[in-house]
Amino acid sequence: MPDVAPSQKEQSMLLQKEMISGHYDALARAKDEGKKVVYTFVPGNLTELMRSFDILPNLPEINALQSGMRKLSGGYISEAEKHGHSEDVCTYVKCDIGMLKKGNIGPTGVKLPEPDLLLLSYTGCFTFMKWFELLRQEYDCPVAMLHIPYQGDGKVHDHYRGYVIEQLETEVIPKLEAVTGRAFDQDRLRASLALSAAAEDDLVYVLESARHRPSPIDAYFGGVYYIGPIFSAFRGTEEGAAYYRALRREIDQRVAAGQGPVTPEGELETERFRLVIEGPPNWTSFREFWKMFYDEGAVVVASTYTKVGGLYDRGFRHDPDNPLATLADYCMGCYTNLSLPARVDLVEQYVRDYAADGFLINSVKSCNSFSVGQLLMLRQLEDRTGLPGGFIESDLVDPRYFSAANIKNRIESYLQMIEQKRTAGPAA
Amino acid sequence: MKPELEKLVTRARTLFDDLDLEAVRSWKNAMPDRKAIGHLPVWAPRELIWAAGMLPVSVLGGGDRLEIIRGDAYFQSYICHFPRSTVELALSGRLDALDGMLFPSICDVIRNLSGMWQMLFPDLYVRYLDLPQNFDLEVGGRFWRHELEALMRDLEALAGRPISEDDLRLSIAAFAANRHAVHRLYQARSREPWLFPADEMYIVLRAGCVLPPDEHTELVERYLELAPGEAERQRQDRSRIVVAGMFCEQPPLGLLLTLERAGCFIVDDDLFLALRWPEIEVEITDPPLDGLIEAFLRQGALSASVYQPDGKRGAWLVESVERNHAEGVIFCAPSFCDPALLEQPMLVAALDESSVPHTQFKYSEDTGQFAAIREQAGTFADSIRLWGEA
Ligand code: SF4
Ligand code: SF4
Repeated sequence: MPDVAPSQKEQSMLLQKEMISGHYDALARAKDEGKKVVYTFVPGNLTELMRSFDILPNLPEINALQSGMRKLSGGYISEAEKHGHSEDVCTYVKCDIGMLKKGNIGPTGVKLPEPDLLLLSYTGCFTFMKWFELLRQEYDCPVAMLHIPYQGDGKVHDHYRGYVIEQLETEVIPKLEAVTGRAFDQDRLRASLALSAAAEDDLVYVLESARHRPSPIDAYFGGVYYIGPIFSAFRGTEEGAAYYRALRREIDQRVAAGQGPVTPEGELETERFRLVIEGPPNWTSFREFWKMFYDEGAVVVASTYTKVGGLYDRGFRHDPDNPLATLADYCMGCYTNLSLPARVDLVEQYVRDYAADGFLINSVKSCNSFSVGQLLMLRQLEDRTGLPGGFIESDLVDPRYFSAANIKNRIESYLQMIEQKRTAGPAA
Repeated sequence: MKPELEKLVTRARTLFDDLDLEAVRSWKNAMPDRKAIGHLPVWAPRELIWAAGMLPVSVLGGGDRLEIIRGDAYFQSYICHFPRSTVELALSGRLDALDGMLFPSICDVIRNLSGMWQMLFPDLYVRYLDLPQNFDLEVGGRFWRHELEALMRDLEALAGRPISEDDLRLSIAAFAANRHAVHRLYQARSREPWLFPADEMYIVLRAGCVLPPDEHTELVERYLELAPGEAERQRQDRSRIVVAGMFCEQPPLGLLLTLERAGCFIVDDDLFLALRWPEIEVEITDPPLDGLIEAFLRQGALSASVYQPDGKRGAWLVESVERNHAEGVIFCAPSFCDPALLEQPMLVAALDESSVPHTQFKYSEDTGQFAAIREQAGTFADSIRLWGEA
């Protein structure tokens, strides 16, 4: 997802960097080349469907996090607040609106094209709806709304699936057809879905490599790089599939060599703590945040944030034989569309499957979808796993809410607590 | 105040102060096997609950009358106050009279709260109510029908009896009458706001959150008759304003009073949507569920939590300003309320386009200090009066 890669880069990271900057360039050229551009969100994105119409997706969340990593978000947020956006709301939205108000220059310095359509896939977060209602006031373009039912009781019911498919048929596809002037081509969609499934297999392989000791990956700080292509514009593309093949090979080599994860300061040689993290990372001080972990030998072996764009490690794969139903299932299965009890179950499972020493919640101010209920999750997880949980607070892209000293302190004390428990033995 | 009005207002005040839901308990105790189902803002199909012989109870948090002892431990500082007081009410046993709880889809706080409820109260009936955001009868309508039918089955199981079509018709009619009375009260206030002081009207309406529909209808109708008979309620010249943003976490009564004391008459608001939706007539159809479904789909996006396909966000507010001859709008939103605060810039744009003056501030249900609000609202009221005279 981010393209500011660690200084010691894996081959796949270089490849990803090229793909992402290539995509921003393609977006910049889109209007000249007569390509249509759709703005949409990461969770519940319909990349294969858009690609089957030769549409280029632009993802405002990715722009926001990229702006965060490039230290641009603070200025954009102030700009949006100057235009009357409340200091209390999601900073992704304000970062995006601020960027727009300042000329819509994308994170790589090239101007972003205006959307031909806003594809509002309403998965896992209410803010999405308001975000695109706000953008609609800025752009004179249609909106396609795809309401994704929430798994309130932890299940996907048949009528949910039917509802989503009907919306795809009556709302989304007709609008994509109208915007592009092309007819829906189911075979193209199927071919793309097959590529998605292959990439998903490889991604899961990579994520699950963290079961090894030492883990060859960091499944949070490194994980956000690994999910980049599949969560953004490259799911269902040849390029995306090739990236994940390359990544898998790379990880295999690391496992064979018994290597730990690559950090911005080189390979982590001693894995002292294995952690599961719930919640998104902070982007404005991403490296500093990561350093607080790898300096202590802490490796994240599983994370929930890397599942916001799809819970592939729980078995879901895009299915070319059921193209619309599989898109529906995908949208309904993203992490933030899970009920809170299901989220607790998942984290608990991760703690066990990845033999973690503890779990930590990074609660971000911006995101009620993630944050509401996390304190209860913490207690429930402590009860169920018998492990201590850590809790830190920050924000996604608002630099005002990253208090480095405070966070570092908390992480260090948390790791010390794990260490003490460990040395005291299981009876402690 | 004349004794009859005083009695009515005292009753409403008692219900307002009744954080332990004593009124609900006595309703339940009046007959064996009676049950009550709570729901959070903004709206739930109360008709179905009542048709099953159960009392729908709108849970609106603890306001400024509840000491938060445990609730704060569940929520970070940047989350609105409403879920803290609601969890506090539940953990302290004050909601024990409720046999189930519905969580309508309005924001991520209430959505996740539904999961918290499942974990905190595993023996209670808990349901997340996903209101459709697609308003095509054949698409969103079909989904909504499935949801409502599933809810009806659950309610029947809880009540231990089926819901007949006649039960549902009677219930729809009872709530239609209630909405009609509530609507008449809003209209009457809009015509002569000096007759219906904001705090009084608030508690009269709020009684509808815990009373059976017929009883509340009677209360509102009686209030409509009695309030104009108060001699001291003389016509006054104040600024007519619409207040927007209070659809979930409730403003403290002191805040409403402050607005009035600052020189405003509230002529419309977005309070108590549970009592006011659907704003259009629910037809008694055959089968009766159809009418409920259609009315919900056709009523339009009257709150921040409902998608507006035509993009005319704020049209309802401008329309309300016009219909109520308001001179300005006060955005009065709970701190950290995503739907209200994300919506605000769009409403501001709609008002600016129609040259309607507006101002804004935030509150929390337990806000106790109103000096700054009074000053701001006072300045605003003066300025729109000057504006009007200019
Ligand atoms: S509230 Fe959370 S999920 Fe929603 S847009 Fe903001 S960061 Fe994304
Ligand atoms: S006050 Fe706003 S954010 Fe809080 S629960 Fe209500 S609608 Fe949601």
